[in-house]
Amino acid sequence: MAVPTGTLHLAAAIDGDGQYQAPYYVELARLAEDGVLDFITLDDSFGPPGPGRGRLDALAVLARVAPATGRIGLVPTVTTTHTEPFHLSSSVATLDWVSRGRAGWRIEVSTTEAEARLVGRRPAAPTGELWAEAGEVADVVARLWDSWEDDAEIRDTATGRFIDRDKLHYVDFEGAHFTVRGPAIVPRPPQGHPVVAVAATDPVTWPTVARHADVAYIRATSPGEAGRIRDELRRRALAYGREPGALTVLAAVSVDLADGEGAPGNSPATGGAPQDPLTDTPGGPPLYRGGPVELAELITGWHTADAVDGFHITPVAPRHDLERFVNGTVALLQHRGLFRTFYPGATLRDHLGLSRPANRYALEREAVR
Amino acid sequence: MTSRPRQIHLAAHFPGVNNTTVWTVPTTTPGRGASRAPALGSQIDFSSFEHLARTAERGLFDFFFLAEGLRLREHNGRIHDLDVVGRPESITVLNALAAVTERLGLAATVNATFNEPYELARRFASLDHLSGGRAAWNVVTSSDAFTGENFRRGGFLDRADRYTRAAEFLATARELWDSWTPDGTPRPFAHSGDHFTIGGEFGVPRSPQGHPVVIQAGDSDEGREFAASTADIIFTRHGALEAGRAFYADVKRRLARYGRAPEELKIMPGVTLVLGDTPAEARERAAEIRRQQVSPQTAILTLEQIWGVDLSGYDPDGPLPDIDPDPGSQLAQGRVRHGDPLAVAAKWRALSEEKGLSIRQTVIEATGRQSFVGTPEAVAAEMAEFVAADAADGFILVPHLTPGGLDDFVDRVVPLLQERGVFRTAYTGPTLRDHLGLRRPGEGS
Ligand SMILES: Cc1cc2nc3c(=O)[nH]c(=O)nc-3n(C[C@H](O)[C@H](O)[C@H](O)COP(=O)(O)O)c2cc1C
Repeated sequence: MAVPTGTLHLAAAIDGDGQYQAPYYVELARLAEDGVLDFITLDDSFGPPGPGRGRLDALAVLARVAPATGRIGLVPTVTTTHTEPFHLSSSVATLDWVSRGRAGWRIEVSTTEAEARLVGRRPAAPTGELWAEAGEVADVVARLWDSWEDDAEIRDTATGRFIDRDKLHYVDFEGAHFTVRGPAIVPRPPQGHPVVAVAATDPVTWPTVARHADVAYIRATSPGEAGRIRDELRRRALAYGREPGALTVLAAVSVDLADGEGAPGNSPATGGAPQDPLTDTPGGPPLYRGGPVELAELITGWHTADAVDGFHITPVAPRHDLERFVNGTVALLQHRGLFRTFYPGATLRDHLGLSRPANRYALEREAVR
Repeated sequence: MTSRPRQIHLAAHFPGVNNTTVWTVPTTTPGRGASRAPALGSQIDFSSFEHLARTAERGLFDFFFLAEGLRLREHNGRIHDLDVVGRPESITVLNALAAVTERLGLAATVNATFNEPYELARRFASLDHLSGGRAAWNVVTSSDAFTGENFRRGGFLDRADRYTRAAEFLATARELWDSWTPDGTPRPFAHSGDHFTIGGEFGVPRSPQGHPVVIQAGDSDEGREFAASTADIIFTRHGALEAGRAFYADVKRRLARYGRAPEELKIMPGVTLVLGDTPAEARERAAEIRRQQVSPQTAILTLEQIWGVDLSGYDPDGPLPDIDPDPGSQLAQGRVRHGDPLAVAAKWRALSEEKGLSIRQTVIEATGRQSFVGTPEAVAAEMAEFVAADAADGFILVPHLTPGGLDDFVDRVVPLLQERGVFRTAYTGPTLRDHLGLRRPGEGS
């Protein structure tokens, strides 16, 4: 029986410590797009990334990148703890509008007392509680995206009506932490629902992943471990009535391709477990250090073992490592027919093989008829 | 020495979500209507924003302006359906526009009531970095519980507190923008006040403009005082010559109290314009636009907003109702209220009786004054005169069509303003502060 591996998905972080100007990010985004990657990510936090350091608002940066790119998905980190779900929904929907259907967001919480002091409205809370709230935020944000049906705008000159207001909906969300009335002020975004990502490295995130995520990044140092985590996440998604295939699981890997070109890459995949090229690093994703060719071997090995759906790579030195990743690793994967050579679709959901979701309120309205 | 005539500042307002914005294809004069139809585009697609912003930059405008509303308007308990509605979130759109423009200022309206200083200061500082110093913030306030229903913090503010919160909000944002040293080291901040008690480190280095340009758009005494104390621009509705002069004098007079010079606060009324090859053609076109802006349904609804009761049984082509308005009505939600309903109703009745006007004709006549109607030469002359007469420092142009509504102005009026020597022929600096002739905060004059 043929190995039932699906499409390989690749994403890359374009973070840049101390980078405050647009051209830096545009250059990396275009490089990633040259590699036909599914999406790029940009990390963020509510407060500074560390004492004495700064960073720009990630969603802002990727909005600036959007018109300078054409196909690649754009996934900023967005925090839910000290922000307004209504604004968050509007901003991510708008990123989808300005990128013509290429937006996603990675849910993150703000756990520190230092961040709480930047707002002064609530004390720091336990991580579990914050992730429960993040789940509520993801829920209401998706409802707000659905609060306009796709065909709500009618421009009917005869009756003078711009919209059919029966196709706009109050969400009337009441969670444990907040209420939101709706409808959204932004019409339903091009993708219906922009893609939801979660860094699922800590099991505290898993209930939120299982219910709301389209993409999860996991931490694993072997295909066996990765496969077990993916099975667990999919089992949980199934328990919420979701299709398990709707959750794309990517292995998170930090990538340092500084050490030469590595061994010649013409040896066929070894089949057995090659020596472990990944080192576990506390707090972050495992580190891959080596050449771009061996990285392609590793990706090929994990993918053909059907352990993960792909990889989310964080280049250690973005300009250098992303260039080598695209021109070395990706080129080889393409040569082997394991990775796409062009974008067959236009939206991030297309790249991920996700269908455009039905609108829950339209379904309800039709059910009532 | 001959001094240079007063320079005009210009801004482009993306068409709003009210009946000023025409979305119907004109039907009254079919020939012309058809030829103008391509100017009618989406109010949400990025291409519309890109078109208007590029047009404004081609016209060397100071800035591009986006309004905001955080709750869809309601009428009689239902979502208002007669006007253009549905817009993207402003700051995100402006970050994207920074990619397709190079010099144009980028102004977003953002409410000080339903945001927090740290987060918003960060978002504006990010926009200023990503645009190379072109960000502006139009600080608006609201206190209504209606809008508050969309927010976790709710509608918690008394009307009296709307400007004290806005003032403390802006002062706090300025503390954050000032918190990094010019050589790139963050200094801790601590703010303690009635509305905010916060502290820590700001996560964004000082941005190219130091502080984004600050715009204020309220009209009350508190609003004017707030602007005089701290804003760089006032966006006003006083776009008629005499009212404009009175407003201008009043606001500029307030500046001295804060140790500020008159040129440190620019007064820019929102204005509309209609061009024609002859005065008669411009007037005819203006009348046609008014009919498009006030459909029969809009006429009844406008009346209901004042009367506060259901008037759907009335004929828009018939006379005004003879019943009196209900001044305590909650019929219209999410709109700024203008004046006392009983007085407005009395005025409209008198207008209707005097000229023999129907409901629709009365609404057309009594609302939505068009500021500049005429040939390009006449409009250029009138604008220059306005500024020379101390009625404004410039204008925020509010087109009635998306996205092509300023094409004609840029092609036909801007060159005439330049010929008169009242408008720039090239951008002289990269930042919005440069266009406006404003100092960077912390720099001497
Ligand atoms: C020209 C103009 C434009 C305005 N645009 C907005 C807007 O886009 N969004 C908003 O929430 N309020 C807007 N406002 C409302 C004002 O910010 C303010 O809340 C309102 O005028 C009440 O304040 P006041 O009592 O000082 O007039 C605008 C006001 C004016 C005069």
